[in-house]
Amino acid sequence: MFPLGVTSYLLGGIIIGLGVSFVYILTGQHATQSSFFSSTISYFSKIPYFNRKTYLDSREWRLYFAAGVILGALIYTVTISPDGFWTTLVQWWRLLIGGFLVGFGTRLSSGCTSGHGISGIASMSTTSLFAVITFIVVGAITANIILLLGVTP
Amino acid sequence: MNNRNIVLFVGGIVFGFGLAVGGMSKPEVVLSFLQLKDFGLIVLMGCATGVTFVAINVVPRFIEKPILGGEFKPRTRILNRNTVIGAVVFGVGWGFSGQCPGSALSSLGIGNLPVLLGIAAMFLGAYVMGRFFG
Repeated sequence: MFPLGVTSYLLGGIIIGLGVSFVYILTGQHATQSSFFSSTISYFSKIPYFNRKTYLDSREWRLYFAAGVILGALIYTVTISPDGFWTTLVQWWRLLIGGFLVGFGTRLSSGCTSGHGISGIASMSTTSLFAVITFIVVGAITANIILLLGVTP
Repeated sequence: MNNRNIVLFVGGIVFGFGLAVGGMSKPEVVLSFLQLKDFGLIVLMGCATGVTFVAINVVPRFIEKPILGGEFKPRTRILNRNTVIGAVVFGVGWGFSGQCPGSALSSLGIGNLPVLLGIAAMFLGAYVMGRFFG
């Protein structure tokens, strides 16, 4: 069940929750991730979808938030990480194709692992709960099919 | 940088640090969860959601408004065809690559440069969604 132990997962989850809570208690914003893509595209595109009020109002803080996420992981890497800098062995075409589907799907669904997963379920949204169950089940089926096809990693 | 942006920046640092501590920055860890070999990510998501639950449902009983102004409003979304199809498409992409938006950003921070390809593809996917289905 837990070949790497549970401590790092437990600590990581609590820290993530503290970050989201800190933002919510101070600003009332839900610190979620996937809208960042659409709101950032609004700087470059005139297409009405991207220029909705919700994206225009949030696009600046979403950039700061995204920069923070990158920096936070960098701080971990140069301080307490046992691995130091680290590179995935997952093949490039998996990152590419999967990334496209993640970008498309999270925006169509209005939420990702953080939006539906953390903020949505913590808000007791049944829509989010349903979305989370869906993407975990579909994700597990997909990952296992790819594994069965002999693609590693 | 106004106060709000500073808070989001600091919150982002904490968030990204937590993702890295929990191993979610590594697509391999996400894939081992989705391959049902390591259920640690359920613990991670449960803890993150539990702490956030307190912020959203308990804290507003003691303070009326967010400290920097605005209002407390739980995050709600309407369940419709798009939410469901989107979650299915996201699930396929997640299982395909082991990346989600937050984990991909934090993956950059741990030095995982190949993930830039995944992030670029996420922008493209978000663009195609908004351009043709928005």
